[in-house]
Amino acid sequence: MPDLEDLYREIILDHYRNPRNRGELDTPPAVRAEGFNPLCGDEVIIYVQVADGVIEDIKFGGQGCSISQASSSMMSAAVKGRTVEELQQFNHAFRSMMSIEPDPDNPAPTNGNSADVKLGDLEALKGVVKFPVRIKCATLSWHTLTQAVEEAQANS
Amino acid sequence: MALDTAAVRADFPIMCREVHGRRLVYLDSAATSHKPRPVIDAVTDYYERFNSNVHRGSYQLAVEATEALEEARRKVANFIGADQDSEIVFAKNATEAINLVARTWGRANLGPGDPVVITELEHHANIVPWHMLAAEQGIELRWIPIRSDGHLDLTDLDRLLDGARLLSVAAVSNVLGTINPIRQLADAAHDAGALMMVDASQYTPHLPTDVKEMGADFVAFTGHKMCGPTGIGVLWAKPELLEAMPPFLGGGEMILNVTKEGFSTAAVPWKFEAGTPPIAEAVGLGAAVDYLTGLGMEQVREHEVALTGYALRTLNQRYGDDITIHGPTEPAERGGVLSFEYKGIHPHDVAQVLDRSGVCVRAGHHCAKPLMRVLGCAATSRASMYVYNDESDVDALADALGEADVFFIE
Repeated sequence: MPDLEDLYREIILDHYRNPRNRGELDTPPAVRAEGFNPLCGDEVIIYVQVADGVIEDIKFGGQGCSISQASSSMMSAAVKGRTVEELQQFNHAFRSMMSIEPDPDNPAPTNGNSADVKLGDLEALKGVVKFPVRIKCATLSWHTLTQAVEEAQANS
Repeated sequence: MALDTAAVRADFPIMCREVHGRRLVYLDSAATSHKPRPVIDAVTDYYERFNSNVHRGSYQLAVEATEALEEARRKVANFIGADQDSEIVFAKNATEAINLVARTWGRANLGPGDPVVITELEHHANIVPWHMLAAEQGIELRWIPIRSDGHLDLTDLDRLLDGARLLSVAAVSNVLGTINPIRQLADAAHDAGALMMVDASQYTPHLPTDVKEMGADFVAFTGHKMCGPTGIGVLWAKPELLEAMPPFLGGGEMILNVTKEGFSTAAVPWKFEAGTPPIAEAVGLGAAVDYLTGLGMEQVREHEVALTGYALRTLNQRYGDDITIHGPTEPAERGGVLSFEYKGIHPHDVAQVLDRSGVCVRAGHHCAKPLMRVLGCAATSRASMYVYNDESDVDALADALGEADVFFIE
């Protein structure tokens, strides 16, 4: 089996123990979305405030394992202050890293990243791919954020 | 006589395999049990020697296959103390058996405002079918609460049963292990004019089952948790109820006659078994019943009580306040299902660390989200034991649990 150290990298455990952007935002102006992993009961709540195509603020809540909590924390830190377009690039790069929906026009390079997006801390989640059951834990917050941002844009 | 676990383990071929270079420590039998050699052989033998469709061919193979299916029904009937084989309806699993009751008896007999009473510790299989009837027919769903010790709180039982049409309860909780007072509940239901359904999925594999002693009107359970194959479950019901209930799925097998104008149904139990049934699976379940009967269900239960006591003592002594084990503390009041929380580490992470040592436990909500809400957690780790487990498995669990600290405790 792959080493647990590949899964539980120090940076992941740091985000798990000291989550960034955990909390709530007022709705409105923020939009709230809930994501569920029906397999394990994990739930994530994302609050996002979008103005002029920019993610001005983001908070997350809910309950989940170290991977889902760390992924939420890293994601929030990565996308805060970014444009919705940049978010889509992040999302694409992250999903490629998680080996989801490989894009034939844009095959993932061997280092696991697609496009020119720098995933930063999020790169630490690459080890999750070796534990297929846990991929959903890592992607739950991204699904939920996408849903929230779509709603925010539909509202504006 | 106590169960000879070493001999039992030798009957289960999967026990020979290793996981990550370690011996398999399987503690997830509440999800599904392993299969002993006689069950695997019975399924293979069916396909190798008399595979054919049932209840229609006039040739020798079909006669033998039909006889094998009906023999399995007979074995199951004997195993649970049914009077007649025709009281046994084969379904896909316990979920389908409960849905069968909701879809047939429920649709025919329940209307707007009719109360159906369940409990907070039910599996989703005994919740969602009633939610569906609430949405479709406006039935009222009532909940018996649980106490902090994991037992049902029956203080308001009379009020909850007032006007009720059905009380449907798990005999053993798949999360807390609580053994519920089924006979008492059945008597109370009947006194209130309600019928009694028992979800025996976690009961029949572990304790001697007597449907008449339970006082039930319907009993549902599944084959794969009691050494049988997946894809076969059982609904037992009183004959007069089965006679009066409309059919479930429509198709072949379940008809007496079909014309352009309509159809008439076959006799009970075939009325409820549309299409080619899971024949090999039923044969396998028959072999599972023989296997468990050979071990002796009294011995199976005795082993469970002893091992549960050992597990509770071992985990509590080793980890003290760092571990919370849900459910009754007295082994005699519970099954061998231990849901626990350890040092606030998420169950997913606990299960991941345990897997490294070959220890298989379940992490999650165990298909009992309303109960999780009552317990105040989103998930638990769950270790559940069966006839092939012994003290060394509990020790392996206890040893491996501490390894989680390396990652999650600063």
